Amino acid sequence: MVARPGAPEAGTASTPPVASVIAQVSAGRRARRRRYLLVCAVLAVLILVTVAVSLLFGRQTFSPAEVIRVLLGEQVPGASFTVGVLRLPRALVGALAGAAFGMAGITFQTMLRNPLASPDIIGISSGASAAAVFCIVLLSMSETAVSIVATLAALVTAGVIYLLSFRDGLSGTRLILIGIGISAMLQSVVSYVLSRAAQWDLQTAMRWLNGNLNGSTMDQVLPLVVAVVVAGAVLALLAKSLDALRLGEETSAALGVRVERTRVLLILFSVTLLAFATAAAGPVAFVAFLAGPISVRLLGSAGSAGSPLLPAALVGALLILVADFAGQFAFGTRYPVGVITGVLGAPYLIYLLIRSTRTGGAQ
Amino acid sequence: MSTPAAPPTAPPIIPAAPPALTGRTRSWSVRAVALLVLAVALVLAAVASVAFGARGVTWADIVAGVSGSQETLAEAAVAQRVPRTVLAAVVGAALGVSGALLQGISRNPLADPGIFGINNGAALFVVIGMSFFGMTSPYAYIWVALLGAAVTAVFVYLVGSLGRGGATPLKLALAGAATSIALSSLVSAVILPRVEVMDSFRFWQIGGVGGAAFDTIARVAPFLLVGFLLALISARGLDSLALGDEMARGLGVKVERTRIIAGVGAVLLCGGATAVAGPIAFIGLVVPHLCRMVYGPDHRWLLPLSAVTGAVLLTISDVVGRVIARPEELEVGIVTALVGAPFFIVVVRRMKVRAL
Repeated sequence: MVARPGAPEAGTASTPPVASVIAQVSAGRRARRRRYLLVCAVLAVLILVTVAVSLLFGRQTFSPAEVIRVLLGEQVPGASFTVGVLRLPRALVGALAGAAFGMAGITFQTMLRNPLASPDIIGISSGASAAAVFCIVLLSMSETAVSIVATLAALVTAGVIYLLSFRDGLSGTRLILIGIGISAMLQSVVSYVLSRAAQWDLQTAMRWLNGNLNGSTMDQVLPLVVAVVVAGAVLALLAKSLDALRLGEETSAALGVRVERTRVLLILFSVTLLAFATAAAGPVAFVAFLAGPISVRLLGSAGSAGSPLLPAALVGALLILVADFAGQFAFGTRYPVGVITGVLGAPYLIYLLIRSTRTGGAQ
Repeated sequence: MSTPAAPPTAPPIIPAAPPALTGRTRSWSVRAVALLVLAVALVLAAVASVAFGARGVTWADIVAGVSGSQETLAEAAVAQRVPRTVLAAVVGAALGVSGALLQGISRNPLADPGIFGINNGAALFVVIGMSFFGMTSPYAYIWVALLGAAVTAVFVYLVGSLGRGGATPLKLALAGAATSIALSSLVSAVILPRVEVMDSFRFWQIGGVGGAAFDTIARVAPFLLVGFLLALISARGLDSLALGDEMARGLGVKVERTRIIAGVGAVLLCGGATAVAGPIAFIGLVVPHLCRMVYGPDHRWLLPLSAVTGAVLLTISDVVGRVIARPEELEVGIVTALVGAPFFIVVVRRMKVRAL
């Protein structure tokens, strides 16, 4: 940092005074910290605005006063149902699921040191989808039971991928490739079950293909809150070790990180997050994958100033909320949120693929 | 170039020197016996495919059905199984060869039309054709599916081979997986507002040979024939490519031209197969590996034998799908995925970490 030719001291004095170096470094640190907080604050404000907009506007528009009265628990004719039962749970589930996807995504991406290695691309979501579609179509199970089974299935899928890719230690690349193989198999199970679906099951089942917030209820909010808070806290506690893991297995072991234990914990909790979110909203395409890289790009050099989890969670939430609102009202047809994120995510994904392969990031 | 000269994979491919340098890697007798076994297997698979199915039939029904009689239900079922068997064999052969070509071009043991997302590309174009251009004729599907397959193949290959190290298995697989997710969202975006398309598409999407008829086969046959021819033409060049681009150039091979010929062949084969049978994954991955184990890496043998092996494998998968889910049928695309994905995992596990 000091030796940079642009820095004033480096050009003039051969050994800059220690005090000024310290001052410079800590000034840089403060600036990064400020930028980190600023980015998070802006994202949080944007989320609030989007939630407010999605509560106010829609097929019917309500005044802010009406919405606030509904939020305070009063009975407002007309508004209570539309805002309280339809829009509020939808926004909450969307935001929470987005946050969960974002955190799970960035954890995987950091741990495997590959921006493309998010849990949706390496097939963990497809475990949840396959189980859910199976339960809905062939066993006609209830919503709650389906969520539980989907969560278990995602955990089992992650476990299977982890075990299969374990051979003389864990290799991130092998894990990714095996995940892709497993996901191909599970996808074929999904399409098989869908081909057996009756027309009326097809709609519900399609949700498990793309991700959809239709029919979100308040019952779904509580489990999501618990998952986001608990798993988010655990992941935040592990953030230091995660950072070390980024340096490679041997280096982080030398730094005193218990590699295997940390990795298992990280996978366990991020998969739990992913599974709860998938159970509530379906496998919303690309949110886990996009949230991390977007937040990293927003932070720039300020990325080191705080845990990457919070910005990724905020970006994830914002992505889902905006995509869901756009999907409902921007087009002639109501598209589920997953279709919008999938289509929006595609160009960015291509950009990222090209960029990351050019710099050799995806090796 | 961090990619080693030999395809980065398990023992069977390591002695990847071209036959011109090392002589024949397998003796003629081994090859002849294996070829005979394959031929017998193909005949047996074809017989099984005509004889077994969701409906049990007697020997007399089979004879009558094959000779064209459709008087009883059983005979009609048999008569329907004949084109189906032919289609399964043709599609299997096409996918096997296209997998071998893709693996040869990219020196990548994980190459497969399904993994590369080529099938999804074909699917997207078919859906767009159905929804926006009112296409209904299977002939039109073939053209759009081919176009979709070609565009996706080129795209995934370009994206996967940019940057350091060229087209490593991991980059190609990731590029393929990510592209297929993007493509399938686009497919959903197109079909969700259109219930009638959604209904017909969900069956097309799985990949099956159930609705086969001889005129569909005849329509796609020219494309597949050209594909097979291109494959044979490029065989020698692919052998040299296995040594790495520079070495191949040194041997006087026109590297780009070989890649393009083989690539066009691969796209014609898998696009044509996808157009008639829907996306069928993993045949293209499994078959070349099996063939290499027995025949070694010589493409002049590998390609034709991948065709026969692919035909056998897909026909058997189709029979299995019909028999295990009686009285219903399991589409062949599902059977191949359930069998092929574990195979993929085995291949990945056998690869050295560095090679990834």
